[in-house]
Amino acid sequence: MEIQALKSQCTVIRRDIVSMLTMAGSGHPGGSLSAVEILAALYGYKMNVDPTKPDMPERDRFVLSKGHAAPALYAVLANNGFFSKEEYNGLRKLGGMLQGHPDRNKCPGVDASTGSLGHGVSVAVGMALGAKTMGGKQHIYTLLGDGESQEGMVWEALMASAHYKLDNLTVIFDWNGLQIDGPNDEVMSLGDFPAKLRAFGLDLIEVMDGNDIEQVIAALDVPACPGKPRCILCHTTKGKGVSFMENQAGWHGKAPNKEQGAAALKELEG
Amino acid sequence: MSEKKATRVGYGEELAALGFENDKIVALDADLSCSTMTQYFAKAHPDRFFNSGIAEANMITMAAGLSSMGYIPFCSTFAVFASRCFEQIRNGVCYPNLNVKIAFSHAGITVGEDGATHQAIEDIALMRVLPGMTILCPCDAEEAKRAVRAAAAINGPVYLRLARLATPVFSEGMPFEVGKANILRKGERAALITCGLMVESCMKAAEILAAKGIEVTVVNMHTIKPLDEEIVKTLAKDMKIFTVEEHSTIGGLGDAVAAVIAEHGGRLTKLGMPDCFGQSASPAELLDFYGLSPEKIAATVENGI
Repeated sequence: MEIQALKSQCTVIRRDIVSMLTMAGSGHPGGSLSAVEILAALYGYKMNVDPTKPDMPERDRFVLSKGHAAPALYAVLANNGFFSKEEYNGLRKLGGMLQGHPDRNKCPGVDASTGSLGHGVSVAVGMALGAKTMGGKQHIYTLLGDGESQEGMVWEALMASAHYKLDNLTVIFDWNGLQIDGPNDEVMSLGDFPAKLRAFGLDLIEVMDGNDIEQVIAALDVPACPGKPRCILCHTTKGKGVSFMENQAGWHGKAPNKEQGAAALKELEG
Repeated sequence: MSEKKATRVGYGEELAALGFENDKIVALDADLSCSTMTQYFAKAHPDRFFNSGIAEANMITMAAGLSSMGYIPFCSTFAVFASRCFEQIRNGVCYPNLNVKIAFSHAGITVGEDGATHQAIEDIALMRVLPGMTILCPCDAEEAKRAVRAAAAINGPVYLRLARLATPVFSEGMPFEVGKANILRKGERAALITCGLMVESCMKAAEILAAKGIEVTVVNMHTIKPLDEEIVKTLAKDMKIFTVEEHSTIGGLGDAVAAVIAEHGGRLTKLGMPDCFGQSASPAELLDFYGLSPEKIAATVENGI
């Protein structure tokens, strides 16, 4: 997809996120809105996927390790033709395809069931290991939150990714600086995070504005460093695109009510 | 009777053999391959063996990733770490219903001298509560081999409970059908329903009782989930049931059998670890201390009929 079209699509995706969360009455807008450009660039530009064949073995894989950003993933999948937007109505509803956190057995295009923080990156490492073992060309992408990287098993997984020289793996961080209880650095300092990633043996690229899709694409297009897993640290804005949600930890896990939803959509008219 | 061999050894040998027949089989270990016996697989199939290092949680979810790429991963470490990576097994393997086999060794108190930190007495309880999980607990090395093949044939999560100690073969010539128990000995006065290493204790206890004129049935319940409820119902109509397990009496084989008896009738006494942690000692001393030696089992049955 062309850059201009992707930029327009990002606005549509943000509108979809706000609409489906307003309908659902619960969910996670902040970290969904911060991840829009990353997900749109992956599915609309970078990854080898086919919405008509969501299970094709040779496809690239994506694991939403920060599974609570499910609305963003659902909106990106629907906008890329994996399923109808009518499914939005069933988000978080009994019998719905769109569970509160992504379910690989219910939703086409979802490669891994996630929601328990720290799991996804480890699943992605296993997928990359599998692709290497079979000599496959699949590239594996995973997206983590910054708060998520407080989980110990994130580091177990990163250690393994370097040990097994998984240059078919790209680990992306949606670095919006906030988690449920407040700023990361107040809740549990992550310290010199880039230095930690480098020390773990990852090939690190920093994206200064992860809500600028051109910067995200440029980072995704950097050729793999042979023998090293790639890490892309994207500095983003939590709640991006909705003024009253931006940089507010309170909008991590609270859905907008009808009035707030309407106000947000008005801002996102583009 | 053939030489004694541990179920973990049977597991390791058969996994390596199966690896030659099926190139989708992969093995993972958390730095215990020399104890869990995945070392045989590692030697035979080095390209399909992955050590996670001492990181059990990552081992399980990496296996989930491997299985979603079409592989059949067997993960091994000590059974006591089932609790450490329980949430990975729950959310990473069972909820997405991935084809991951969890073959954990050194289960129960017969780990011995290493003490309570290493004695898994709750792993069956943890695994039983997970939807979609199959639980196999073979009684000898030969049955462990059949269990490996049965586990590989199931498309979904399986927990394989393995033991450290070598045991004689009791399952020779017996079928291994998941969910179908094997009767090892028949008697009218009581039925001992057991699994794993406790099969040996129960068979010896049956000998002791027979010498006193008390004939008992011994059932090898090699599958704990799905449980062979029919055999429990049938036996419970005619005789008192004793469950014997190297596990807490809470949540394990005993409670699985108790649920059947509560619904369909019968009398039951559960033998196992009585809601306490183990301690350091030799396996034989521990089994006797906690009432799981052949002599203590025989005495409990004789007094409880």
